[in-house]
Amino acid sequence: MILKQSMKLYVWLFAANLFISAFTFGGGYTVVPMVRRFFVAKKQYFTEEDLMNMAAVAQSTPGAIALNLSALAGYKTAGIAGALISCIAAIIPPLVILTVISAFYKKLISHSIIAAVLKGMEAGAAALMVDFIIDMYALILKKKSLLLSAMIPLSFIAHFIFEIHAALILLVCCFLCMLQVFCKRRKEA
Amino acid sequence: MNAVWKLFIVFLKIGLLSIGGGYAVIPLIQEQVVEKYSWISRNMFTDIITISQMTPGPLAVNTSTFVGLQVHGITGALAATIGCILCGIIISLLLYQFFQTHLTSAYVLEVLNGFKSASLGLISSAALTIIGFVLYGSNQPELDFFSLHWMALVLFCIMIVLLRKWKLHPLAIIFISGLAGLVFEQ
Repeated sequence: MILKQSMKLYVWLFAANLFISAFTFGGGYTVVPMVRRFFVAKKQYFTEEDLMNMAAVAQSTPGAIALNLSALAGYKTAGIAGALISCIAAIIPPLVILTVISAFYKKLISHSIIAAVLKGMEAGAAALMVDFIIDMYALILKKKSLLLSAMIPLSFIAHFIFEIHAALILLVCCFLCMLQVFCKRRKEA
Repeated sequence: MNAVWKLFIVFLKIGLLSIGGGYAVIPLIQEQVVEKYSWISRNMFTDIITISQMTPGPLAVNTSTFVGLQVHGITGALAATIGCILCGIIISLLLYQFFQTHLTSAYVLEVLNGFKSASLGLISSAALTIIGFVLYGSNQPELDFFSLHWMALVLFCIMIVLLRKWKLHPLAIIFISGLAGLVFEQ
């Protein structure tokens, strides 16, 4: 009986994640409302506050926010097996869609009409990136932290002009942040 | 087998270092896949990002799938995708567990915030490279007046206005710009 119930839960998790992944464009934060609809509103597997905590963790850890959130939601619902099932379900739609596109890529790209459409779309995609960067910049500036605000242009210059390796930039940033907390604590003590 | 393993390791590295989701993966893929290993050209890289915006699913998964497919077929795609998402999933689960049992540490929070800032700088750097490529359309863009792609520049500016002023949906932006490309480029 218990086995049957957990089987049912696994199937539901698989189907829900398959759906979420197949119908959320852009990934990232767009999955949060989808997860809310399925896991919080429909099935009540966890609360709104749990979801907010998960979203915070998912977006501050490496990798794709959507995948991290899927793993966390699955974990909260059905443990490690749930996390695994959710992740597998979540990567299937993009894997299938991209495989199909990739098979036709060379043929598509040599077609003059498609190339023209793609050229226009590239400009749109670049604009989307700029829009995202402006939003994120505003969000970080709102924290009113000199270190966090200064780090954006500094890491930009380090990467774009001096071509310093991204890993090294992140490492230095990690060190600086820890140093700041350390100094603040000593001042307070 | 060797190529598949290498894909996995490279994408493991990319996944580990891309913090902030979505676009954060772009500068790292550019650094490793385009410049270091030359698995794909910059032209194809720009196309992949454009295609990823149109298809559902996270950009990181879409991009790694596409690169993996181009390099080593379906096994390559699986290796790249799993490599790209593995670190994030494990770290997310550990960190969530940690936050559930411990009080939030000031050090952890500040470092996470710092990563987001630095990552945005990296994203900006990658974005500028891509914009340069879109506007000049060659691998070694000559920054002169004549090789500028005027249609792309005008379209790029209009799309930014549409996004900032009217908050158009990303899919609408891609659709409109594709249509504009078809009309003016042909």
